[in-house]
Amino acid sequence: MPDHARPPDGTDRPAESAGVGAGRTRRPSRGSLLVALLLALLGFAMVVQLRTTASSTPYAGARRDDLVQLLDSLDSASSRAESQISDLQATQRQLEGSSTKTRSALQQARKEATTLAILSGSIGATGPGVEIRIDDPAGQVGAATMLNVVEELRDAGAEAIQVNDSVRVVAQTYFADTVNAISIDGTPVTAPYTLKAVGDPQTLSVAASFPGGLKDVVESLGGSVSVTPMDRVDITALSVRRDPDYAVPAS
Amino acid sequence: MIAALGLVVGIVLGILLQPSVPLALQPYLPIAVVAALDATFGALRAYLDGVFDDRVFFVSFLSNVVIAALIVYLGDRLGVGNQLSTGVVVVLGIRIFTNVAAIRRHIFHA
Repeated sequence: MPDHARPPDGTDRPAESAGVGAGRTRRPSRGSLLVALLLALLGFAMVVQLRTTASSTPYAGARRDDLVQLLDSLDSASSRAESQISDLQATQRQLEGSSTKTRSALQQARKEATTLAILSGSIGATGPGVEIRIDDPAGQVGAATMLNVVEELRDAGAEAIQVNDSVRVVAQTYFADTVNAISIDGTPVTAPYTLKAVGDPQTLSVAASFPGGLKDVVESLGGSVSVTPMDRVDITALSVRRDPDYAVPAS
Repeated sequence: MIAALGLVVGIVLGILLQPSVPLALQPYLPIAVVAALDATFGALRAYLDGVFDDRVFFVSFLSNVVIAALIVYLGDRLGVGNQLSTGVVVVLGIRIFTNVAAIRRHIFHA
């Protein structure tokens, strides 16, 4: 080994060989104090550096190039994240729009279902209207007259009609004469007849009592009619449920 | 003996004072420490060889530290600070190994 006894390159140590005579001194001279000072400096710097390395963030000691590279990658990552955010926001808006549309469609459908249920008599109805009482001691009021009454009420805008609190009159309702009663949708109804109709009370009253109309006809048959406009009429009877056997929706 | 005492005093001072390194010095302090370590091991070897001289140690210590810091500074200015500081650390590390090998031979005769 060439470096067995001599310093490896000696570029900054040649004087050490030259200072052989001065070495190995033990007295606390100025020189050894200087050495102690330098070593103290070394220990101090070492501890400081160790502390700095241990306590500082990973980027504190980083060089400018590394930091620039780091910044670049963070920039691209953040722009990626931003484009993701805008994508997701667009999706969110889309979903919100479609959910609003769905909700309004649902509301529309519910409203329509309610309207149709009232018109078809599958649920009860309430509102302002009239109550018409027809007394028929002579037994002359038949299905035709009753149909006329209903037609007059419909003409005046009645939205829900029931007879004697037991029969709901809807679009499909039929009237037929039987021996002692009128059969409405198969339910026998006898006098006195009490019709309840929801609609504009004023118009309905007028429709029931105009000259030559329902009132005159019934009175000519020996009966009597009383019309009472009411603020609130409760229609509780439900119509007979009819499911179409033959008709299917067109198109 | 006094030298070892100085080292201990320096370490204790560093622990007690807990100074923070100025930002401008931060890239150079690690290199300076490695350079000073190299000088110290060289001095230890010279001491064991019986050729130690405190003046030489003083000069080599300071010049080692200053040159190492200067090289890194220059490298930073030239844009090759990373590579150059790696090079300095490698060179100093090799020298430390060589010196420690000589010291080991002195102590253990192996």
